[in-house]
Amino acid sequence: MKDQVTLMKGNEALAMAMIRYGADGYFGYPITPQSEVLEKLEEEMPWDTTGMVVLQAESEVSAINMVYAGACCGKAVCTSTSSPGFSLMQEGMSYMSASEVPALVINVMRGGPGLGTIHPSQADYFQACKGGGHGDYHPIVLAPSSVQEMADFVGLAWDLAFKYRCVSMILVDGLIGQMMEKVVLPEQKPRRTEDQIREQCPWAINGRKGMRPKNIITSLELDDDKMEANNERFQATYREIEKNEVRCELVNTDDCDYLMVAFGSMARIGMKTMELAAEEGIKIGLVRPITLWPFPTKEIAEAAKGKKGVFVPELSCGQMIEDVKLAVECKLPVEFYGRTGGNVPSPEELLDALKNKLINK
Amino acid sequence: MKAEIVIAGFGGQGVLSMGKILAYSGLMEDKEVSWLPSYGPEQRGGTANVTVILNDERISSPILNSYDMVVVLNQQSLDKFESKVKPGGILIYDNYGIHMPPTRKDIKVYSIAATEASIEMKNSKTFNMIVLGAMLKANPMVTIESVLKGLKKTLPERHWHLLPLNEEALKKGATLIND
Amino acid sequence: MENNDIIRPENLVYKRPALLSENHMHYCPGCSHGVVHKLVAEVIEEMGLAESAIGVAPVGCAVFAYNYIDIDWMEAAHGRATAMATAAKRLQPDKLVFTYQGDGDFSAIGTCESIHSCNRGENIAIIFINNAIYGMTGGQMAPTTLLGQKTATCPYGRRADLNGYPLAITPLLAQLDGTCYVTRQSVHKPANVRKAKAAIKKAFQNSLDGKGTSVVEIVATCNTGWKLTPEKANLWMEENMFAKYPLGDLKDVDAKK
Repeated sequence: MKDQVTLMKGNEALAMAMIRYGADGYFGYPITPQSEVLEKLEEEMPWDTTGMVVLQAESEVSAINMVYAGACCGKAVCTSTSSPGFSLMQEGMSYMSASEVPALVINVMRGGPGLGTIHPSQADYFQACKGGGHGDYHPIVLAPSSVQEMADFVGLAWDLAFKYRCVSMILVDGLIGQMMEKVVLPEQKPRRTEDQIREQCPWAINGRKGMRPKNIITSLELDDDKMEANNERFQATYREIEKNEVRCELVNTDDCDYLMVAFGSMARIGMKTMELAAEEGIKIGLVRPITLWPFPTKEIAEAAKGKKGVFVPELSCGQMIEDVKLAVECKLPVEFYGRTGGNVPSPEELLDALKNKLINK
Repeated sequence: MKAEIVIAGFGGQGVLSMGKILAYSGLMEDKEVSWLPSYGPEQRGGTANVTVILNDERISSPILNSYDMVVVLNQQSLDKFESKVKPGGILIYDNYGIHMPPTRKDIKVYSIAATEASIEMKNSKTFNMIVLGAMLKANPMVTIESVLKGLKKTLPERHWHLLPLNEEALKKGATLIND
Repeated sequence: MENNDIIRPENLVYKRPALLSENHMHYCPGCSHGVVHKLVAEVIEEMGLAESAIGVAPVGCAVFAYNYIDIDWMEAAHGRATAMATAAKRLQPDKLVFTYQGDGDFSAIGTCESIHSCNRGENIAIIFINNAIYGMTGGQMAPTTLLGQKTATCPYGRRADLNGYPLAITPLLAQLDGTCYVTRQSVHKPANVRKAKAAIKKAFQNSLDGKGTSVVEIVATCNTGWKLTPEKANLWMEENMFAKYPLGDLKDVDAKK
């Protein structure tokens, strides 16, 4: 049944999209500004309809390890949290990556460091994209910038996680989590049966049915050469992901003098900045990375060709800008403007910053 | 059609739900809508505000620095948002408890006695529908029919008996706007 | 009777359980783990659960349990085994899900998960090996290390003023509404081995029956860590460990009826 357009918060859209995807389980711990995810799931009672398990864990540490177990079982499982909780989950991120199991982890970012603020931030970019836990690993990181994308990326993230046997993340700030917009939810898919899981995930921990050889999922390998071979296999997967899964939106990048690179809510604000700039005769184009890892390096390098400068606004002290500089190999000026503490700049503020740093310098 | 609106007042005055009803009304008319609340503890006592954007086209930034319409329900919010009205825009304020009225001359200012009107209706819960009625009179961005349709869609059926009271409050609000 | 008569199949009275693999165990001679592994493998086989059993391995000496018992296993991060078992069981309610954890994993770093899993009454079985020391990492102090007991990190003996008191966690868990069966056993004598096996079987059956969480604590020796011969370690356990950790059932919801 095709759904009607409805109005909901980004966090609620995440919850509904999980149920619609045919998710097997959600394990989470309340933290502002993403608690609506668990609240919505508990309100919807999907265990009575699709059979989805929903559990409020005793901590984020416990929640991520429940997700780890579910992923080992070949189930479509996820958690959501906000920045301080995501810090607690880094151990699990590393273990899941090392165990090559598919999972979805959502971080609706708030301002840090420390307990910080409950208001929006993008300062967990490094932690998500560069691997906040120990060892060499990457999750795929999707950055929605609308409530519709919150709903759409849940399914995409899971599909990618199962395709590559890796962890997928949705990295978004509290602004998109808390705002309401129009959304069309994906159609309801059935949960996979045990037979389907056995076929799709022959490695899964679901009992030796028919006395098949036992499955073991572990991140431990004390033989140095074998562990190195494991790392080489992980890296090969990451190169494959980099080759196939880069996603970004280009707006007006052909006909502009200045390029803006922004993700999530900052890209939305940047779009308004572009409108305001156009009224003053300043031509700005936008590259909006949709995957933060893999990063749209080539796309940015291409779009930056012949431009007078690149402007990178972030809700941080400057994190993604490092990848932008690498992308354009510092061949043109790359300037940063950031706000922290939960403050969000207005479109006018961004335009002023761009003018000061790139035009009237 | 494009309307960029902020509604601000005390937490608990129904600021966020008023914005929600307006957003739903926009949805009923197939407009693009965004509803962005200030969130956190301020919802429960301090000042709260909500930005609502209705647009025929895709909405870019959900966060704004200037607005077509500013609706303020206490002095702090008036002090904070008076300067944020676009020139030629609309400022509506409930005059209850306002001791320093707005001074700008380049905008349309409406002082409404919404608190008083809700007392007259013997139901303080009608307050935010009265304010919404005034907003729609000052700028008919959505019809009252759409508001009622949106309300019906969002209210559980056990509350539908309150719809006529809400309609009455919307109409009462409209009478508070005098050019 | 000739040797050839003895090895005839009809004369077989004891064999390695089918689910116990032929991998050489890395456990020290005299260690209790080998016996408990054998019991787990036997019980799973006898209960006909070879196709539906899921084990969660800990960090600690038993980290390689998955190499010795031929069922599906997942290896938890340190202390998180009961959180993993919680999800594995809720997502696959028809399976037998159990954890196998040592005292560091279960009652130090994993205390939070241990208590909350028991309190939620997860339909899992927990096998908890308490040998009062960290064997794997070289004999450091455990939460369960006795007062006066020497370890690498309390080389002059555990002192309450410096190190706090030994933690008896199972009596704590017995108080929780979510647990249905909490028992303390040992495997140092044949009679104890038989009792321990019955306890593991009961715990597994409880899990299948959805009665709540079962905890089987095995008070065990670590002769290497304790720097004793296996035989003396058994005696030391009887004299010292059993005083703080007495054997027997701490809770059995069936017994009350």
